Order: sequence, then C-alpha cells, then structure tokens
Amino acid sequence: MGILQRMSMIFRAKADRALDRAEDPRETLDYSYNKQRELLVKVRRGVADVATSRKRIEVQLSQLTSQADKLQEQAQRALSLGREDLAREALTRRSGLETQMGDLQTQHDALRAEEEKLTLAAQRLQAKVEAFRTKKETIKASYTAAEAQTRIGEAFSGISEEMSDVGMAVQRAEDKTAAMQARAGAIDELLASGALDDPTGIAKDDITAELDRLASTSDVELELARMKRELTADTEEAPQALEAQPDAAEQASAEPVVEAQTQPRREEGRA
Amino acid sequence: MIVRIMGEGQLEIDDSQLPELNALDEALSAAIESGDDAEFRSALSALLAAVRSRGTRVADDVLVDSDLVLPYEEAHIDEVRELLSGEGLIPG
Repeated sequence: MGILQRMSMIFRAKADRALDRAEDPRETLDYSYNKQRELLVKVRRGVADVATSRKRIEVQLSQLTSQADKLQEQAQRALSLGREDLAREALTRRSGLETQMGDLQTQHDALRAEEEKLTLAAQRLQAKVEAFRTKKETIKASYTAAEAQTRIGEAFSGISEEMSDVGMAVQRAEDKTAAMQARAGAIDELLASGALDDPTGIAKDDITAELDRLASTSDVELELARMKRELTADTEEAPQALEAQPDAAEQASAEPVVEAQTQPRREEGRA
Repeated sequence: MIVRIMGEGQLEIDDSQLPELNALDEALSAAIESGDDAEFRSALSALLAAVRSRGTRVADDVLVDSDLVLPYEEAHIDEVRELLSGEGLIPG
C-alpha cells in the first residue's frame, strides 16, 4: 500500500474512533460541532499570532534599515575627515546588519506565506462547520439513533479529517512563530543594548562619538586659523589706518571713521 | 478520487490519473525507506505538482473524506515518518 493511502487511513481511523465512542451518534454531532467551533477560534487566533510576529519583524527591519543608512553616512563622513579606519569600521558593521536583514526578510516572507495559508484554512473550516451544522440539524430532526449512524458517516469523517489537518497546521504555525519570537527577542535585545546603536538617536555610538570629536577638533582648528588670519590682517591694516587718520582717536566725528561705522551710530554722531 | 494536500485542502482527481500518482507514490515510499532527504524532497515536490496541476479544488462547504493524503510542502522526512508510525501528530 502506498504512502498516500496509509496517510488517509490514519486520518480516517481517528474519525472512526471518535464516532465509535458515542452511544448515541446524535450526541456525537453536537459534541463534534462544539469542537469544530473551538478549533475555528483557535485557527483565527493562530492567524492573529502569525500577523503579530510578522509585524514585529517589519518594525525590526525598518530599525535595522535606518541603522544601516546611518552607518553608511558615518562612513562617508569619516572618509571626508580622512579617517579611513573609521569608515572601514562603519562599513563592516553595516555589512553585518545586512546579513541580519536578509535573514529577517526570509523569516518575514515565510510568516506571510503561513498567514495566507492559515487564513485560507480558517475560511475553509468555517464553510465546512456551517455545512456540518445544517446536516447535523437535519439528521437530528429526521432520524433515529440507528439511522443517524449510517447517515452521518461521510459528513462526520469529512469534517473530522479537516479538523485533524487544520489542527496540525495551527500547531505548525505556532511552532514556527514561537521559534521566530525567540529570534526576534534576541534582535530586540541587541537593538536595546546599543550594539546596533540606539534607534532613537539619543545615545551616541562609538563611531559617532569619534566623528563628533574629530569634527569639534577640526572646528577648533578652523576657528584658531581664522582668528590667526584676522590678527595678521589687523596688524597689517592698523599702521595704514593710523597713517590715514593720525588723530582718529581724538576726533570722533572725523569723516572716514564715521563712514566705517554703522548707520545708527552715524545718526547718533550727527545729533 | 479525493486527494488532500495537508494544510492546503482537498482536490478531486480523475481516476485515470491513478497510475501516474501510484508511480510517484512509489518513488516517495522508496525515498522514505532510504531516508535520503533530498530524494524525498524531489519525490514529494513531483507528487504535489502532479496533484495540483491535475486536480480541481473541492468546494469549501463539501464534507467528504479523502482517498489519498499528501504531506504538506515543507514536511521533513522525519515528520512524515512520525505521521505514518502512529497518530501521535494528529491532535485530539
């Protein structure tokens, strides 16, 4: 006997056992119907759980993406400041992030596929549960216990097989999301620890700190250079000015000095 | 003939397709016997492809049991073995 037939017999055996257990098959119908509704709730919860996991991964992906962009900018900034070593460090970290992002994307796609499958399974089960309810009411209203036994047959084993299948599918989805939750938790921890930098941008990572230090150092150098240039310019211009207006310090109203001053001060001088 | 693909639902396949399915089923059995996962995977893929392309979907509100049941696409060889060895995997 082939594998496929053996598998179908395993499903059927389970349905048969459920039916055999009941003294009055009509009671089994109500019992089974309640079980079906419970399973339907469980499948819908399963769909919601998978969706939650998928969304969590989406948030992480966007955090990692902005972190990767930031590292790229840092590398550019470091290079413009002549620090190739820092640029290399930033790019190395970025490539590590990209590996992780690729991994997350794969997980994300798997979860989306799982979500779609479970959504369809829920729709299928809902239609079958509804069909079963109609059949059950007809059988209960029209047949004796003995007749019901033969009438239920196919409908009962049909829904029972569906329930077994959907039950296993939900279990698989739960296992998958549990495994992914654990990995997502690890990435959250990594993000929180600052190893992947703080997405809020409040705390500074070491590369940013070094670049800021470099930038402020070069700002200081630039300022110093500017002041030096001014000083040199002043000492060069000063003698000329003194030559042109020998008594400038004493005569505040002297034309050339007033010209050099701002508008309000000139009016003040005239008044 | 009604065929279920686990996790995907049921399809109806014309009985004339049975010889082809049987051949594919034998290949799957051999792969499970040998324990070769790569062989198992290609045999399962071939079976699923054949059933999907030859079958027509059974309507959602139809209550019927299946003549044949196929493992789900990403099933591992060990999972199928476990399924075949008993009912442990089918929840209450």
